[in-house]
This record gives sequence, C-alpha cells and structure tokens, in this order.
Amino acid sequence: MTKIEAIIQPHKLEDAKEALKNIGVDGMTITEVRGHGRQKGHTEVYRGMEYKVDLLPKVKLELVVSDQRADEVIRTLAAAARTGKIGDGKIFVYAVADAVRIRNDDRGDAAL
Amino acid sequence: MLLALTAGVSLAQSIPPDIAKKLDDLDKATKNAQMAGDNAWMLTSSALVLMMTGPGLALFYGGLVRKKNVLGTMMHSFILMATVSILWAVVGYSLSFGEGNAFLGDLRYLFLSGVGAAPNPDYAATIPHQTYMIYQLMFAIITPALISGAFAERMKFSAMLLFMTLWSLVVYFPMAHMVWGKGGLLNASLGGRFPAFDFAGGTVVHITSGVSALVCALYLGKRNNYPDESMRPHSVVLSVIGACLLWVGWFGFNAGSAVAAGSLASSAFIATHFATAGAVLGWMIIEWMIVGKPSVLGAISGAVAGLVAITPASGFVKPMPAILIGLAAGVVCYLMVSKVKKIFGYDDALDAFGVHGIGGTLGALLTGVFATKEVNDLRMGQPMGLVDGFGGQMTNQVIAVLISWVLAIVGTLVILKICDVVLGVRVSKDQETEGLDLSMHGEEGYNLES
Repeated sequence: MTKIEAIIQPHKLEDAKEALKNIGVDGMTITEVRGHGRQKGHTEVYRGMEYKVDLLPKVKLELVVSDQRADEVIRTLAAAARTGKIGDGKIFVYAVADAVRIRNDDRGDAAL
Repeated sequence: MLLALTAGVSLAQSIPPDIAKKLDDLDKATKNAQMAGDNAWMLTSSALVLMMTGPGLALFYGGLVRKKNVLGTMMHSFILMATVSILWAVVGYSLSFGEGNAFLGDLRYLFLSGVGAAPNPDYAATIPHQTYMIYQLMFAIITPALISGAFAERMKFSAMLLFMTLWSLVVYFPMAHMVWGKGGLLNASLGGRFPAFDFAGGTVVHITSGVSALVCALYLGKRNNYPDESMRPHSVVLSVIGACLLWVGWFGFNAGSAVAAGSLASSAFIATHFATAGAVLGWMIIEWMIVGKPSVLGAISGAVAGLVAITPASGFVKPMPAILIGLAAGVVCYLMVSKVKKIFGYDDALDAFGVHGIGGTLGALLTGVFATKEVNDLRMGQPMGLVDGFGGQMTNQVIAVLISWVLAIVGTLVILKICDVVLGVRVSKDQETEGLDLSMHGEEGYNLES
C-alpha cells in the first residue's frame, strides 16, 4: 500500500477531488494547512504597518491506495492540481505497513 | 389665523374669558406639539449615540486586535455602558451640568434630584430635563471608551475600571462643564469667559480622549514584541461593520446636539455626512498614492477621522466647508497613524490619538475658520468665524484646545500613577502572551470547534 500526501493550492481542491473520483478513488482526508516552499509570501499593510505574510494557506490531501494504483493516482492528482505557477505544491509518497478497517478488522488492501 | 386672532384681541379693551381660555389652550397645545417632536428626535439621538459605543466602537476596535484579545477589547467599550451610567446618575450629571463655577458643576443634581419632566431652559427648553440628561450620558460613555484603543491588548481589567472611573471624574466631567455647562469657562452660549465653539464635542470628547490615549500608550509602553511580531487585525470585517454603525450613530451625536428637531439639526446632519464622505476619499487617495493600494481599513479609518473632525464644527458650518474639513482630516490622520507614529515609535495600538486627538484638534481649529452666522446665529447677527470676517474666534478655539490638551495630559498621568500604585496597570508578560480573553475573562471569542 502507498500513502500519497499532496499539498496543493486551496482553490484546486475541487478539481483534484473530481479527478480522483473519476478514476475511482473514493477515500481521502483533507486538512487546511499553512506553509510555503519556494513561493514567496506577500506583504500586507495596515495603517502603514507592513506585515510580511510568508505562511500561506494550503490544503493537505492524504490518501492511501494499493501499490498498483499509486502511479496513476499520483499523475492524476498532479495534473488536476497544476496551474503551472510557483506555489502549486508538492506530492510526497510513502510506503504503508498495514491498514485496518476499524468497523470489521479488515486488513491490508481490503481495508482501503 | 392665529395672528389675526391675536391682533384682534390686543385691540380689544378686555378679553372675553372664553377667548382667553381658548388662547391659553392653543398656546399649551403648540408647546406640547413642539416638545413631542423635539423629544422624539432627542430620544432617538440618545439611542443612536449609545449604539456608537456598543456595538459600533466595540466592533470597530474588536476587529483591529488579535483574536486572543477580541473579547477583552469589546468589554472595554461594553462595560463603560454600565459603569459610567451609574457614575452619571450618582454624581456625573451634576458635576457636568450643575451651575457650579467656571470649572466644575455643583451637586444640585446629585442622584438626579431635580432632573424631571420639566425642561431645563438653560440647556434645552423644549425637551424634558430627563431627556437632556440621558442624551448627555451617552457622550460620557463613549468618550472613555475611545481611549481604550490606545492601551488595547495589555491593560489589566481592574485597573481599566478604576482608571475610567477616575478619568470621568477628573477629566471628562470638568471638561464637559467648561464647554457645555452653565457658566463654564469656555461656554459659548451661557456666559463663558472664552466662548469656544464646540457643537458636539471636538474638545470635550475627542481631544480629551485622544490625548489621554497618547498618555496611556506612552505610560503603559509597547505591547510585547511590538513592532516585530505580527499584530495584524484579526477581522477587518468586524471593523467595517463597526465603522458603519459609528457613521450612522454619529447623526445622533452631531445632529442631536442641536437638542431640538429643527433646521439646525438638519444642517448638522448634512455637514456630518459630507465631511465623512470627504474624509473617506481623502484617506483613500493619499494611501493609494503612497502605498499603492486603497485599503478597506484605510477607507473606514478615514470615515472615523472625518466624523471626529466635523464634530465640533457640525452645527456651525455649511456643506462645502464640511467637505474640506473632512478631506483635511482624512489626509492628516493618515499621515499621523502611518508616518508620525512610526517616527516616534509609541504603540497607540488602535490609533486613538492619531484619529481622535489629531482629528479633534484639527476640527476644533477649523471650526474657528469656517463657523458662520448663516448656519448658526449664536452671536445674534455678529460674525462667527474667520469666514465671517472674525479672526478673534480662533483665539477662543486655541484656548479651548490648549485647555483640553493640558487637562487630558495632567489628569491622565496622575490617574495612571494612582492606578499603577493601587492595582498595577499592565498585565504580566505571560497574561499578555496568553491573551486578555483567557487571562482576564476566562473565555475565548471564537470556539468554532465546539
């Protein structure tokens, strides 16, 4: 099993979800996060006080799929979340030791 | 018809009793009708001015602080709606509007005794004395609330309460008496030594609060890590709502200061509105030119600056000068809060001094320039301000400005020292880091997960 963790632009979340649904991925966890990579932040000015805001809002999407499907999911996700501009985010891929469906103790791929 | 009747009666040798009674009834009915109209407007105005403090100022200031201090900041405004009210009923109204001497009222209205349905002809001949008293109370509430912008996010709540009580007694009541009380030193219509024009409180409300705010900011010192740590407003949205409520409420503040529902109220209402519009544009344009973007916070701050500056002038100036006063206030206050504050480095957290102290001073001085008998014939045909050809009024305005500055500085400094010795004025560093909502009040403003 493979865990795919994608940090993407918040406004691309709907596109990403839709694309994943279309290839039959129906489970994911989403978190609103803040962060930055090479993208610089921006400056805000309140009554002449300048504040540099370098942690920007992003969405973190986590999903675990079977090893066979991992590559397809990663490519779909990257294509859906891409705008081509700096700040589009990153995808990290991990190996997963096991999975358990809490409801009935299913293990491994069956639990996904 | 009434005229014809009166003329006919005066020619007669003696008035038949039935006609005399009719005339008497007519006279009473006319007076009652005027009182009903004026009283309706003044009660409405009283409510509008209270709305300026809560929710107006509470939202305006509340949005400008970090979210860990939103409740503490709103409480600064809200609690004064209770505290000052009680103080006012016990002694405040009397000290402000009792005849007394040139500097302070006497105790004739202690516990509101003698303040009833009958009008007080010195102050407002066509509304119940009670209405006048409650209207003036709303000013006494918002004035100290304005100061709280300077010490936001770092003052101890107990010390704030003691400070505001003493400040009302030492600064506000004397100043209100000097400008508006019968026999007050600066009173323009009831025998003041230096008759200054202050229609709705440029000196009494805005200079006293704004200058005291600066003293508070200097005495308490900067917030921890100011200006290195980000102290962005947590919700400009709340501040926009607050500023709009202030704009609307201010019609009660300024037009209500005519203490009647006549043409002077209309004139003040209009001057207030146009000055505010001018100030919004003034602030926005200069900020756009300097920073490159017209901020929403700038636009609403401009509105407040304009409302402040037109306050003393509202019942004395025509609409075009009002727009000029507003434009000037927008530009000057912008430069104060964004440039001058930075040069001196004091932490007037929410710019109570930059907007109210400076805007109030500017407005008080420009009132001397633009006051005209065409709007307010207070001097019975004599010229009013510089535009009428009377430069001498400027002297009175300057004296009023100086007295309010000095009283605010000295009074506030002494009171802060007392509060500091008795209670300590500033929260501990840990409490400040935790935020006033939790450390002072044991609550949080936003429990969105619950």
